Amino acid sequence: MEEVARRQRSRFNFRASLSIPFFVFMVFFVVVPLFLIVYFSLTDDQGHFYFDNWRLIFTAGDKWKTIGLTFEIAILTTIICILIAYPIAFILSNKKFNKNKILVYFFVLPMWVNFVVRTMALRDMVNEMFENLFNFQLTAKYPVAGTVVGMVYDYLPFAILPLYNQMLKMDKNQIEAAADLGANPFIVFFKVILPMTVPGIISAATMTFMPTMSSYVVAEQMGNGKVSIIGTLIESYVNTIHDKNAASILSLVMLFIIGISLVVEKFFTKKDEDRKVGIW
Amino acid sequence: MDKENIIISLQGVTKVFDGTTVVDNFNLDITKGEFVTFLGPSGCGKTTTLRMIAGFELPTSGVILLNGQDISLLPPYKRPINTVFQRYALFAHLNIYNNIAFGLKLKKIPYETVDKKGNPVTKFRHLTKAEIKEKVERALKVVDLEGFEKRDISTLSGGQQQRIAIARAIVNEPEILLLDEPLGALDLKMRKEMQLELKAMHKKLGITFIYVTHDQEEALTMSDTIVVMNDGEIQQVGKPKEIYDEPNNAFVADFIGESNIYTGTMAKDNKVRFLNKYWDADPVDFGKFPVNEKVDVVVRPEDFILGKAGSGVVDGVVTSKIFKGMHYEYIINVGKSEVIVQSTAELDEGIKVGLNVEPVNIQIMKKPFVSNFYDGYITKDYKVEFANAEFDVDVLPLFPGAKIDENEVLIDDKGNEIDVVDMEINVEVPFEAITISDDPEASDIHGHIISLIYLGDHYEIIVRTDDEEDFVLNTPDLWNENDEVSVIIDKSQIHLSRKGAKK
Repeated sequence: MEEVARRQRSRFNFRASLSIPFFVFMVFFVVVPLFLIVYFSLTDDQGHFYFDNWRLIFTAGDKWKTIGLTFEIAILTTIICILIAYPIAFILSNKKFNKNKILVYFFVLPMWVNFVVRTMALRDMVNEMFENLFNFQLTAKYPVAGTVVGMVYDYLPFAILPLYNQMLKMDKNQIEAAADLGANPFIVFFKVILPMTVPGIISAATMTFMPTMSSYVVAEQMGNGKVSIIGTLIESYVNTIHDKNAASILSLVMLFIIGISLVVEKFFTKKDEDRKVGIW
Repeated sequence: MDKENIIISLQGVTKVFDGTTVVDNFNLDITKGEFVTFLGPSGCGKTTTLRMIAGFELPTSGVILLNGQDISLLPPYKRPINTVFQRYALFAHLNIYNNIAFGLKLKKIPYETVDKKGNPVTKFRHLTKAEIKEKVERALKVVDLEGFEKRDISTLSGGQQQRIAIARAIVNEPEILLLDEPLGALDLKMRKEMQLELKAMHKKLGITFIYVTHDQEEALTMSDTIVVMNDGEIQQVGKPKEIYDEPNNAFVADFIGESNIYTGTMAKDNKVRFLNKYWDADPVDFGKFPVNEKVDVVVRPEDFILGKAGSGVVDGVVTSKIFKGMHYEYIINVGKSEVIVQSTAELDEGIKVGLNVEPVNIQIMKKPFVSNFYDGYITKDYKVEFANAEFDVDVLPLFPGAKIDENEVLIDDKGNEIDVVDMEINVEVPFEAITISDDPEASDIHGHIISLIYLGDHYEIIVRTDDEEDFVLNTPDLWNENDEVSVIIDKSQIHLSRKGAKK
C-alpha cells in the first residue's frame, strides 16, 4: 500500500514538474512585462509615481476619438472579413472543389509573407489601380477606407481558417434532412447551415477583431500617415515622443478592450462546449 | 398488380458513380400502404436506390414515377416523401419541438376562399401555431415521447433520438416514408422493440414504408414485400414467406436464413441427384430443367427429416450437436458433404441417422452459369489475351482450314494471310478450369476473394481482380473473404469463339 502510494506521489510530482519550463516562461515573458507596463503607466519618466498621467492622457488631445476610430475600423474590418470569408470557406470545405486541400493553402499563403512587405505591395497595387481608373490615390484621398482595405486583406486568412474548420465538421445529414423536410436551398442555409457555423463565425470574428485592434503597420501604410488609431498612437509615443509611460497606459487600454471582446466571445460560445475551432 | 394503387414506380433506374454501376436497371412497383424492404449486403445499392427515391441522388438513367408523375429530377424538398436517417440527423441547435415542427413550419396548405368578385379560389397558407402544436403533440404521442417538447437533443438516448427522427418525418404526413437502416445503431433488445413498434406504426398510419436493411431477420419480421438486392441488381421480389421458402437462386437462399446448398444434377423420372443419391423432385419443378442439367439445390435445415439409419434416402453421421433453445442443430456428415439439420429430437454425436426430405421442400434452382465469360483478343504471336493476361491457346480452330505457314503467319486455305491480330473474341472458362493459390508467383492474374458460398461439399468462390474482372470457381478448400490469391487457369479447358459468329 505504502509502496503504491509513494509511487503515485512521485509520478504526480514528476508530471507536475513538466510544467516548470512553461511556468518560468510565463513569468518572464508575460507576467513581468505586464507588471512593468502597469508600473510605467503609474510613473513619470523619472520613475516617480505619477497618477495624473491617466487623467492627462484622456483629456489632452483627442484620445477618445482615436479609440473610437480604432473600434470603427476593427468592427468594419471584422464584418467585411466574415462576409468575404464565409462563401470562400464554404466553397473550400466542399470536397468537390477542394480535393487535396491545396486551394486552402492558396488563401492562407499570404500569411507567410512578411507583413510589412505584403501591406506595402497592396498599397502600391491599390493606388496604381485607382490612379488608372479614377485618377486619384485611394490611400491619399480616403485614408480610413484605405486602412480598412489593408486590414481586410491582411486578416482575411484569420477569418477563413476557423470558418473552414467549422464547415468541415458540418453534419451533411442535417442539411439533407432539412431538404427532405421541405426546405429549399435558401431556407436550408439560414435555418441549418448558418446555425451550425455560428461557432466558426464567432471564432473568425475574434481572430480578426483582436489583431485589427492592435495593428499599426496597416494604418501607417494604407492610411498615408493620416489615420490615427491606438496602434499608431502607441507607436508615435514610443518612437517619436519617447514617452513610454503614456504608451503603457494606451497599451493597457487596448488590453482591456481585447479582454472585453474575449469575454463577449465566451458569452456567445458558452453553450457550445465541445467547440474545437482555431487555427493553431 | 392493381395499376391504380401503385404509388411509386421505378423503371429501369440505373446509377453510375465514377464509372461503377451501383444500381443496375432497377424495376419495381410499390403499392399504396405497402411495407417494402430493400435487403442486401452492404454495397449492394439498396441505400443508393433509397436516396434516388428521396431525391438526394439523381438516376443516371431510368425514371421514378410517383402517382404516375415523373419525379426523377425533382429536388428533395419538392417531393412528398420523408426520410428517417441512419444517424438520425436531428438538428442539434433546435429543441425537440422545433425539430419536429421544422417541416410543418415550411408547409403550405391549400384553402378555399372567395376573391373580391365573389369567385371561389384556392390559396395557400402556412399552418397556424396552434395547428403545428397539435400535430407535434400527436406525433410525439405516436412515438411514445409525450412531454419531451422542451428537451434538448443532446439529453436523449439513442433510442429516443431515433423516435424523434421518426416523429419528425411522420408529422409531415408524407405519402412515402423512407427508412435507411434506422435501427442499425440500437442494441439488440431495443431493436426488437422498435421493429414491432415500427410495424404497429405502419399499420396505424397507413402510409407506404420503404425500409432499407442488411438484417434478414428484421426484413422477415416487418415487411409485406422484400426486395433482395446484390451487386446493384434485384435478386428476388416477394413476400417474406415466398423469399424464404422459394428462393430464386443460391444467393437469396444463402442470404435469407440458414441453408444447405448443393450442386445437383437433374435426372430422369423427375428426380434430382445430390448428396450422391437420387431424390424425388418438387412437382412444381417437373419439366423445368433438361435431364443432366447442373442445378443448385437448397434444403432448409428444418426441412430434413431424421430417422433411423437406412430409413431415409441417405445415411449420415452426426458430428456436432448444439442446443438452440427451441431445437437442436446438428451437423451431419454425408460422405464428404456436410448437412445442417434442425430438429427437436435429441441425438448423440457419432450415431448414424437416415435423412429424408419432403419433395416440396427441395428447392431446385437454375445455376446462374457454370462458366466465366470474358472479352479477349488475339495478340500478334497468335496468343489470346484476356483479363490482362496472355494465354498460349491455339487459335487455329477459330478459322476453319487455316494454318500457320513457315513464316509464322496465319494463312487461310487459299494461302492468303488472315489479319487476326487484335481481333476480339469470346473466351469461356469453365469453373472447373480455375484453381487459386496464395502463392503470388503462381500466375499473372491476382485478385481478392469477394464472395464465398458453401455448397455442401465445396465452396463457390468469386475472385475479383484489380481490373474488376471476376473469376468464379469451385474449391473444396476454405478461404476467407478478401484473401489475396493468384488465379490459375488450365488453358486446355479455355474455349474460344468468334464474336458475332454463330456456334
